[in-house]
Amino acid sequence: MPGRTLFDKVWDEHVVGEPAPGVSLLYVDRHLLHDLSGARGLREVQERGLGVRNPALTFATPDHTVSSAPGRNDDTTPRSGQFVRDLRGMCRALGITLFDINDPAQGIVHVIGPELGLTLPGVLLVCGDSHTCTHGGLGALAFGIGSTEVAHVIATQTIRQKKPKRMRVNFEGAMAPGVAAKDLILHLIGRIGAAGGNGHAVEYAGAAIRRMPVEGRMTVCNLSIELGAKIGMVAPDDETYQYLAGRDFAPKGELWDAAVKHWRDLPGDADARFDKDITIDVNAIRPQVTWGTSPEHVVAVDERVPDPGTVSDPDRRKGMEAALDYMDLKPGQPMEGLKVDWVFIGSCTNSRLSDLRAAAAIAEGRKVAEGVHAWIVPGSQAVKRAAEAEGLHQVFRAAGFEWREPGCSMCVAANMEFVPPGMRSVSTSNRNFVGRQGPGARTHLASPAMAAAAAIAGSITDLRKLQG
Amino acid sequence: MEKFESLIALAAPLLRPNIDTDTIIPMELLLTVERKNLGPHALTPLRYAKDGTENPDFVLNRPGYRGARILIAGVNFGCGSSREPAVWALWAAGIRCVIAPSFGDIFFNNCFKNGMLPIVLPQSTVEDLAAAALPGSTFRVDLSTCVITTPAGRRVQFEVDPANREALLTGLDEIGMTLQQDATIAAFERNDRQRRPWIHL
Ligand code: SF4
Repeated sequence: MPGRTLFDKVWDEHVVGEPAPGVSLLYVDRHLLHDLSGARGLREVQERGLGVRNPALTFATPDHTVSSAPGRNDDTTPRSGQFVRDLRGMCRALGITLFDINDPAQGIVHVIGPELGLTLPGVLLVCGDSHTCTHGGLGALAFGIGSTEVAHVIATQTIRQKKPKRMRVNFEGAMAPGVAAKDLILHLIGRIGAAGGNGHAVEYAGAAIRRMPVEGRMTVCNLSIELGAKIGMVAPDDETYQYLAGRDFAPKGELWDAAVKHWRDLPGDADARFDKDITIDVNAIRPQVTWGTSPEHVVAVDERVPDPGTVSDPDRRKGMEAALDYMDLKPGQPMEGLKVDWVFIGSCTNSRLSDLRAAAAIAEGRKVAEGVHAWIVPGSQAVKRAAEAEGLHQVFRAAGFEWREPGCSMCVAANMEFVPPGMRSVSTSNRNFVGRQGPGARTHLASPAMAAAAAIAGSITDLRKLQG
Repeated sequence: MEKFESLIALAAPLLRPNIDTDTIIPMELLLTVERKNLGPHALTPLRYAKDGTENPDFVLNRPGYRGARILIAGVNFGCGSSREPAVWALWAAGIRCVIAPSFGDIFFNNCFKNGMLPIVLPQSTVEDLAAAALPGSTFRVDLSTCVITTPAGRRVQFEVDPANREALLTGLDEIGMTLQQDATIAAFERNDRQRRPWIHL
């Protein structure tokens, strides 16, 4: 028998049956719900006269619609109240643990899962949200599902899936100063395209991943879906176990020892085969920034806006032209120096403590440029507390950033926190789609340090120029 | 769930790559418009100009393509967010079948849960079909034989995973079917409690 990949091993552990040829029924270890779709899924199950099959494995938090304004409540964002109250009511009625709006454990669902130790190596975790792939940074098999699938999981604690193909991306070499996890994954998307991972479960490997702290691995896995892959994973190692030890829902004592022993067998066999195997030279990667309306529209910060005229495929060319028009850019224009109106540092991609530290290192002792609105939205209450304990909030405030409450906020603008039409934003989130940060908003994706540098300079700037 | 057996309808070519679910249905509309009313809002950023008037160049606004029920799309159609309302919006706009070289993985699954047929074909075949989709001409898509017939009578075979095909042809209720497996799930759980006790909180 050929060797198995990390993905294969975790998949195999969860197979309950084969309800149809080529379809596996998989056991779901962790199901996370949020305010945007959670209550709807629960209600659908209830209306069918069914219950939650395993409420103890189901956890909920409001993140998408909640306001990020300091001192917020359910109704600070007018529309949010209904979503939050629906979720709260359903969770109460059905016995599901809810980390409510101002609970000490509230936050973006993909930030709190790992930090509470709900996400563990080898678990199968699903959520009605495409960035569920984030949890793969700890070696979980985690993917986003639609609302019909959410209802299926609630009612049965299982999910029907076809096995995807396997792809490995080896990030070899060392990251240059000023280069972040975000730059590695944006660079990869630029190389193989936003459809490059369609139909695959991706495993990220190589020296740069092994040296990367767990939070960075989560950032890499987070953008798997922007690569077209709904699953991204990193094999667990001592770094992972150190990160998880002692977290609220992580196993303790003997159970912990047994779990670690089990986890040590999860990394793929040396002779495991992948359908696609790609190697990226990390040494050559420079800080990245997107220019268009797909994450594959990305260049290094010292490069220029590409020319659609050089692209032969007419539909791709038209897509690029439409993107340039939407973004109000001209081919050949340098990325550096583009004037910026908004900066958003947050989202499940880049709102963890290490991200805020990287942004604060740039902000420290400097001022946000005049006319720029710069927001810091920590990913969770725990991140916010930890950052405040280090005084990061003071660094940001002194520089003129707003220090806000945890949630998705301007990543998706479901809470009515928009980048105004026509305004240019540098954002640490994961999608630069048309209208994503609000109708007409022009989004450039970048790392936290790059976003902080843009806020200080008032324009897209190579952060390395601000580093000592 | 709605069934899908066969369809004779206008087809509209929309080959731009990477049409994402935020474009298919923007968040603002998803939050404020009821499912059955999403039709006029599908593909809003492409379909309407900034002032809200119809964009005359957009294929579904052009004579001979209005009322198309088949979309011939570019790579990675439906990439991005897991929002099932992307499928609902296309459905409400009358679309029942999308043909593309590749799809966003979550959107692809969501289609089968809602009676929508996504067909994957090689890029060159998709381009041929798009070229054959002249205004006012109808295609036939037959799921029982897995054949697309172009207006000129060319037959193009396609493949759909058997389980997904079955689900569309019969309008399967997957929750009901899985619930019949309850004893198997319970046995898995009992066994798993021994094997991975830290999972079962
Ligand atoms: S932060 Fe953005 S991408 Fe992440 S879960 Fe929230 S809305 Fe989705």
